[in-house]
Amino acid sequence: MSDAAHTVPDVAWASGGAAPAVARPRGAGLVATTLPWLAAAAIAAAAPLVFTSGTALTLMSLMGIMVVFALSYNMLLGQAGLLSFGHAVYYGLGAFATVHAMNVVALDRLPVPLPLIPLVGGLAGLVFGLLFGLVSTRRAGTVFAMISLGIAELVHSGSHTLHSVFGGEEGITANRTKMLRLFDLSFGPQIQVYYLIAAWALLCALLMYGITRTPLGRLCNAVRENPERVEFIGYEPRWIRFAAFSLSAGFAGVAGALAAINFEIANSAYLSVHQSGVVLLAAFIGGVGHFIGPVVGAVVVTMLQVSLSDLTEIWQLYFGLLFIAIVMFAPGGIAGLALMHGPLLRAGTAHRLIPAYALALGPALVMLAGGIALIEMSFRLLVKAGEGSAMSLLGIGFDAASPLPWLVALAMAGGGFLAFRATWGRVAEAWHAATPDVEEARR
Amino acid sequence: MLELVLVSTLNGVLYGMLLFLMASGLTLIFSMMGVLNFAHASFYMLGAFFGYQISRFTGFWIALVVAPVVVGGLGALVERYGLRHVHRHGHVPELLFTFGLAYVIEEVVQMVWGKLPVDYRVPAALDFPAFTIFATNYPAYKLFMLGVSVVIFLCLLLALTRTRVGLIIQAALTHPNMVAMLGHDVPKVFMLVFGIGTGLAAVAGVIAGPALVTQANMAGLLGPILFVVVVVGGLGSLTGAFVASLLIGLVQTFAISLDVSVASVAESLGITAAPTEGVLRDLWTVTIAQVGPIIPYLLLVLVLIARPTGLLGNREA
Repeated sequence: MSDAAHTVPDVAWASGGAAPAVARPRGAGLVATTLPWLAAAAIAAAAPLVFTSGTALTLMSLMGIMVVFALSYNMLLGQAGLLSFGHAVYYGLGAFATVHAMNVVALDRLPVPLPLIPLVGGLAGLVFGLLFGLVSTRRAGTVFAMISLGIAELVHSGSHTLHSVFGGEEGITANRTKMLRLFDLSFGPQIQVYYLIAAWALLCALLMYGITRTPLGRLCNAVRENPERVEFIGYEPRWIRFAAFSLSAGFAGVAGALAAINFEIANSAYLSVHQSGVVLLAAFIGGVGHFIGPVVGAVVVTMLQVSLSDLTEIWQLYFGLLFIAIVMFAPGGIAGLALMHGPLLRAGTAHRLIPAYALALGPALVMLAGGIALIEMSFRLLVKAGEGSAMSLLGIGFDAASPLPWLVALAMAGGGFLAFRATWGRVAEAWHAATPDVEEARR
Repeated sequence: MLELVLVSTLNGVLYGMLLFLMASGLTLIFSMMGVLNFAHASFYMLGAFFGYQISRFTGFWIALVVAPVVVGGLGALVERYGLRHVHRHGHVPELLFTFGLAYVIEEVVQMVWGKLPVDYRVPAALDFPAFTIFATNYPAYKLFMLGVSVVIFLCLLLALTRTRVGLIIQAALTHPNMVAMLGHDVPKVFMLVFGIGTGLAAVAGVIAGPALVTQANMAGLLGPILFVVVVVGGLGSLTGAFVASLLIGLVQTFAISLDVSVASVAESLGITAAPTEGVLRDLWTVTIAQVGPIIPYLLLVLVLIARPTGLLGNREA
């Protein structure tokens, strides 16, 4: 089984979070499984000490929320093979339940501390997951995807109608500092909220990882690969999908709760199809075939959302193009690409790829730069015509109305593409040269 | 009341026929390639914007022909160089590819034409009231839209059942391998169908643009409804798509004109007791016009639960 996940990148998107079972001594296995988690905890704990600015803290809080959300999404897409277009429903309903719970706690002075509040969101997500899962998990594939879209539109449109629950356009606000205080933590400062989010994110990630190792997690993989054979061994695929769906909805609810605590508001944008799209993009860009994938995706997508939107107004276009490129050329996502090199690293042949990669990198960068320049110049001329045609990219000032920059950009994009295509053969060659040794090393 | 029924029926049939122009392409593409094209409504939007842009230079009538051809060509290119490439990874990446494409097209349209509606007008030759029912002037342009949709529907029907290409397409719907065995170039047929399907969506865009609002969010508004139509009608069934288009068109048009809520019904029956707060009050006072946008999705979920093949479909999605 270890072959499929590593040598065939084409099916890598679906090749499972299951790492190949390599026989190791038991003690070494324990270290190997706990080490990444300890490292993750250390990174989460130390990050605010390194990145001390307020922006960085906000960004990292958003990343934590997105990590939980994307991981919960991957329980569906990656683990159980269910493509959902409405995962934000459970995120949003979790957020609304949380906000209402916070308001009740604050109003009645109930002895509930803030760190326990995400449980409410998780519970709400779970309950609605059970409810909607009952009707949507009878089928997989396109029917499931369409029902999820239908439910998403239903709930989103319905949220505008039920004004008293969803608060209409403005949404519903809460105050996170009005909870029972433990250890004198007010949760007013962002740093405290960050640690709350980080702790919950780690806990949820650990739980979700645990679920992939249980028989249920394995059955989810089996249902994804071949539901008919699962039926032959005596399981009902529908109930396995149902279990995966409800659990995933529960974790999405926790993510929504964390978001509600972070922003102190819940509104109908939480439930929107756009939000469902973002989590799908995050999970897929990171890579749905590996457990770490959505984590990578969540971090990258959150960073792109914040930093790219500072750099250019049309960042969503680049975002969409990146997504299409990943779907077309690297269906395993970023994690899939990176982990493809694992066997080579272990076999000690990875360094042979470096010259080929270095050779391909130059043309790729030139092609990218040319493409970006073309897009930015078109944007300048078409949308921002009122501000004149003088512009600058990477500190180089020029006039977008004159033909020279266009010729340069076109030459860069076209020439870069041709050169990149020429060097790609080298990369493939180097890759083949490095792989046979892996096969030998395995034997 | 009669006036309302007549006008709403006309508008509903018109909206339904427009939906069918798009749904027919979508369902053909699904039947052949097994992929639900998420970007289908985006091609409709491209049709509207291309129609607007071209009609500014050449007038509406040339745009009506040129824009769909251009968009159909774009669609064929997307199939040839995008979708076909993703096809070998399986259906989920295909669906995701079209999802990403819809995202990118919306961004590009926003980049080129901005976020505000463009001034896409009804051509002067058709800018007059065709007839008057009671007090309502019915615009000639709407009749023209209806006419175009019906003509295209008939052409499609004839082309599919009476021409050689149509027969090959029909055969490829059910037995793609057999068709390939017989020596037909199935990938080329796919490309053709994708091009024609997106071209039809663009026709809908060109003619709907002046009547509705031509804006960068029009694909996002219509796309989900389109899925409702093809799924409710039965994936891969042209007749189903036709019935469902008309059904959704009529339901939505009538819902919008019904300003009735539980409260107003209770009031006319002389019941004065009404919930004064909370969810019940919301449900009590909401009008059918307000829940109109939800009805298609409710229908979708109900149909998929009760009959996953759709109303007239014979295969599961």
